[in-house]
Amino acid sequence: MSEHVHAPVETLALREQFNTAEQQKESVTFGMWIFLITEVMFFGGLFLAYTVYRSTYPVVFGVASTSLNAVIGALNTAVLLCSSFTMVLAVRSAQLGRRRALVLFLILTLLLGMAFLGVKAYEWNEKFVEHHVPGAGFHFEGAAEQGPAQLFFSLYFAMTGLHALHMVVGAGILCWLLYHAVRGRFTAEYMTPVDVAGLYWHFVDIIWIFLFPLLYLIDRHMR
Amino acid sequence: MSEHVDSVKTYTAVWLILLALTGVTTGVAYIDLGAFSVVIALLIAAVKMLLVALFFMHMRHSAKLTQVAAAGAFLWLFVMMAFTFADVWTRGLVGTQGR
Repeated sequence: MSEHVHAPVETLALREQFNTAEQQKESVTFGMWIFLITEVMFFGGLFLAYTVYRSTYPVVFGVASTSLNAVIGALNTAVLLCSSFTMVLAVRSAQLGRRRALVLFLILTLLLGMAFLGVKAYEWNEKFVEHHVPGAGFHFEGAAEQGPAQLFFSLYFAMTGLHALHMVVGAGILCWLLYHAVRGRFTAEYMTPVDVAGLYWHFVDIIWIFLFPLLYLIDRHMR
Repeated sequence: MSEHVDSVKTYTAVWLILLALTGVTTGVAYIDLGAFSVVIALLIAAVKMLLVALFFMHMRHSAKLTQVAAAGAFLWLFVMMAFTFADVWTRGLVGTQGR
């Protein structure tokens, strides 16, 4: 691409530190990927702690893990995968410059994200009712050792909580995108914010793709 | 700029495979495979991750630099995990104090 000739609509969104819209888009996308890589390490620490303690207390972790509701977990995974599907369709709509479709798919993604958080809230509430929340009132019937059981539920809340926090941030980003999408700020030539927000949303989905089997499923067969 | 726009058909197929794999991983969890339960669960999760990354995150159209950087995440994750496990899981083997 020539460095001197731009379509007018491209220069509209081009920041002065970039030569071309293409260079700007590549830089922004790469920046988002670098951020996501730091997130891999962030969540990685929790996955690491989970693996170490699960291997130290396999029996208690197995019993505690099977007390979670796998059917609700699977349904919520499906909800999240649907939200990724609507998000990728939102990005596609933006690529094609279809504003109404973009707004529609962003709203759907937001609703599905809210549905996921709603189910999560229901599950957490269950833990409070069952006294499975680590702390003074903790009691887990299935295990003689309460300590390792508390450890499992501490990790459960830390991992699902941090994931849910990312969902809340994602929902905020979706609202911001919606605000600008409705005003027609995104065009086929400039839709980088939608694109990188999509990367973030799918990344949070990938984290759940690993959390679900590790927390809900892998000890199910021992029952 | 050269933007790759995948078809709705491709995305729908990927989405349906992801939903099917969620069903499979949940169903398989109830079958007693012993230690292989973890292996199967992680394999299915890895396939789902690749599908999301390659198609939904457009990884197959990304710049080489981005692809290498993303793959690099797993190198660092591997270093962190391998060194920790090399410590924790071998403490009992050599009869040293520490547990």
